[in-house]
Amino acid sequence: MSQTILEMNNITKTFPGVKALDDVNLHVQNGEIHALIGENGAGKSTLMKVLSGVHPFGSYSGDIVLNGEICKFKTINQSEALGIVIIHQELALIPELSIAENIFLGNERAKRGIVNWNETITKTEELLKKVGLNVSPQEKIKDIGVGQQQLVEIAKALSKNVKLLILDEPTSALNEEDSDNLLNLLLDLKEQGITSILISHKLKELIKVSDSITILRDGQTIETLPNTNKDISEDRIIKGMVGRDLTNLFPEREHNIGEVVFEVKDWSAYHPVTVERQILNNVSINARKGEIVGIAGLMGAGRTELAMSIFGKSYGKKITGKVFKDGKEIDVRNVNKAIESGIAYLSENRKEYGLILIDSVKNNITLADLNRVSKNNVINPYEEIKAAESLKSRINIKTPSINQETVNLSGGNQQKVVLGKWIYTDPEILILDEPTRGIDVGAKFEIYKIINELVENGKSIIMISSELPELLGMCDRIYTLSEGKITGEINRENANQEILMKYMTEGWGS
Amino acid sequence: MDAIKHLLSENIRRFGMIIALVGIVILFQILTGGILLQPLNVTNIIMQNSYIIVLAIGMMLIIITGEIDLSVGSVAAFVGAIAGVLMVQSELSVFASILICLLIGAVIGAWQGFWVAYVNIPSFIVTLAGMLLFRGLTLVVLDGQTIAPFPDGFRKMSSDFLPDILGGGQFQLFTLLVGVIVSVLYIIHEIRYRRNELKYNLKVANTPLFITKLIVLVAVINIFTYVLALYEGIPYVLIILALLIIGYTYVMNNTVQGRHIYAVGGNVNAAQLSGIKTKKVKFLVFINMGVLSALCGLIFAGRLNAATPQAGNLFELDAIAAAVIGGASFTGGVGTVFGAVIGALVMGVLNNGMSLMGIGIDWQQAIKGLVLLGAVAFDVLNKNK
Repeated sequence: MSQTILEMNNITKTFPGVKALDDVNLHVQNGEIHALIGENGAGKSTLMKVLSGVHPFGSYSGDIVLNGEICKFKTINQSEALGIVIIHQELALIPELSIAENIFLGNERAKRGIVNWNETITKTEELLKKVGLNVSPQEKIKDIGVGQQQLVEIAKALSKNVKLLILDEPTSALNEEDSDNLLNLLLDLKEQGITSILISHKLKELIKVSDSITILRDGQTIETLPNTNKDISEDRIIKGMVGRDLTNLFPEREHNIGEVVFEVKDWSAYHPVTVERQILNNVSINARKGEIVGIAGLMGAGRTELAMSIFGKSYGKKITGKVFKDGKEIDVRNVNKAIESGIAYLSENRKEYGLILIDSVKNNITLADLNRVSKNNVINPYEEIKAAESLKSRINIKTPSINQETVNLSGGNQQKVVLGKWIYTDPEILILDEPTRGIDVGAKFEIYKIINELVENGKSIIMISSELPELLGMCDRIYTLSEGKITGEINRENANQEILMKYMTEGWGS
Repeated sequence: MDAIKHLLSENIRRFGMIIALVGIVILFQILTGGILLQPLNVTNIIMQNSYIIVLAIGMMLIIITGEIDLSVGSVAAFVGAIAGVLMVQSELSVFASILICLLIGAVIGAWQGFWVAYVNIPSFIVTLAGMLLFRGLTLVVLDGQTIAPFPDGFRKMSSDFLPDILGGGQFQLFTLLVGVIVSVLYIIHEIRYRRNELKYNLKVANTPLFITKLIVLVAVINIFTYVLALYEGIPYVLIILALLIIGYTYVMNNTVQGRHIYAVGGNVNAAQLSGIKTKKVKFLVFINMGVLSALCGLIFAGRLNAATPQAGNLFELDAIAAAVIGGASFTGGVGTVFGAVIGALVMGVLNNGMSLMGIGIDWQQAIKGLVLLGAVAFDVLNKNK
């Protein structure tokens, strides 16, 4: 157990102008689950790319020692041959191919170029059993859930005779149930002698499964903490990550709640493709002035669908129900009307639905309300710059210039740009869908501060999140959504994870 | 030092194609023994490429929204044929005929835009169908025959010059005057622009750099009009082009509609969720392309002085090549009207230069193909750096 399987010694890797890794050391024991943690940009992914040969030998300095031997990987194939398999944050599966085809992609069970399908299928069945996935090998990837896809990735790794499995944020897109499943699988694999390196932002799960935790900050190794008894405290890890004590993950604010300003009544919607499937069933929610209302629910409960169908009917068919603002019914027939009525919706997927990545910070910020800086449809470039600059400093977007393309910003700053875009439209109701997904602790705190400032100025916020602590820490009131129905409404004082979980799972599996 | 390097690499990307154009011009000027830049030939280059430039502008907008239009050549031929029927066979007035033709272009654009924007059929398919459809309809309208000749008033648009109202005899004084007027307008515009930027506390280029830029551009304008003046002066079609280039550049850079077109191409989902009517934007861009295709067909028919079934063959490829050489990307969201014009001129000068050198059409095609590939490869490699 105490034998070292991997040593990365004094790894330094520079990109033009940036030192991404600066003398990093990582020692992984055989058969352990080793967590790697750090803020976004701390160098975790780069380190793993060095290890797997994505950044080839020669492009970095330092040594990789695997089982006592120095390795000089030039390609991913060479590291895979020695049993190092990396599963990236963005899954590398082909949606239109079957599970079996994906698992043996590039590694086909074939003789002289002719695929042996029987062998492929039987082998896949064996592998799927190992990862506890009970679906047909011939199912297409696009037809199974994200959690199951993640398991397929692991099965694929197992097919390559993996010794050292690297998982880059495997649970970031999973709900709690799927996450637990995956973590239990890691523990199973550990029993079978497979070593894992786990990169994640979710401290709780790291503490639960890992044997030791290495913290990176600004491209340097800060420390490696032992966690044999799974009892290390979150605060201790956060302290290492940010280099300071975050006494409270959630900033304080004054709770100054007024009248009901926003109300959705008897809202129902059906699936856009299989129209007989009801996604939302008579949902009624409201939000008061200066209030943060949470919506909790498992994946597939209909949270995003609810938000998007309210926001200009951007999701679903046969939508029925009414939306009120200040007691008057408002028209949300399309996105334009919704924006005009003072609603804003921050999407859960900033890259696909929030930002125009190839466009500048400035153009992204003003996009949803260009009329404000225009006269007769002609944009006043100076007013636009002024508007963008003022938002940039108000919510502290870190960018060298407002003309920077948003693709070059870090996740947290990208999120601030999208948030800025909506703040710019001066909405009264902001629906925030996973506002802190995939961004680091420091940036999260800043986003929370912005949210607090908004409600203190009398806005109403509806916040959707998969992270229950976030909802508990931020919201005045939380609705639970389960299978398209509201199953509970809990005030801040009475809310805790257990209660929320109970309502969130109501009706599931029955 | 880094700042200078940065400035240089930024500008190579921005001005890369202008530099390439200048390089090609110099190359052919040498290879043709000075014929390329003779006044007659410069006028020729403008007139020969006018209809491709018109198409390239529309194509740039189409490609910016992430779509493609393969039908523009056929549409141009079809509209040319209609123009022939209206003006030559029905003897309708020139003005009314042109209006009807442009309207037909708009209707064709709306037809294609409808399928692309509202029915969600890939534009490649819709316009491939359009390419066949309108080529076929051209043959139907013309009954396989050529219609000619067009009335003089119509031919003027594509092959005549502004009259020299100052009467300079051999030398077109009026053209020089136009050059001076344009220079003055340009200087006034630049100074006002700079003043505005200073008012809003924006960074501006330092005074010597600003003055150098003004001098260079004023020199270019006046040398250009001087060369034109040595021949017949300013062609009418150059005025059409200038209006289109200035107008479309303004729309794309300074208006809400222009910004929406870039946004739709950059990320259609994000644009939609920002309240932009993405379908309407695509629809309008196709209508615009239809109108410009019609204009192209009219200019071409006027220049040929005939409506023929073969008109506009492969124009779509020239227009796409011009847009791509000029910096458009098929992923959408990138490109400028000015770039499309430069791209069209690169292709135009290549055509003209090689023809002057007596290179056969066979090798011309092959070389143009390689230039297109090279230009895009250069851009891709530059971006990956």
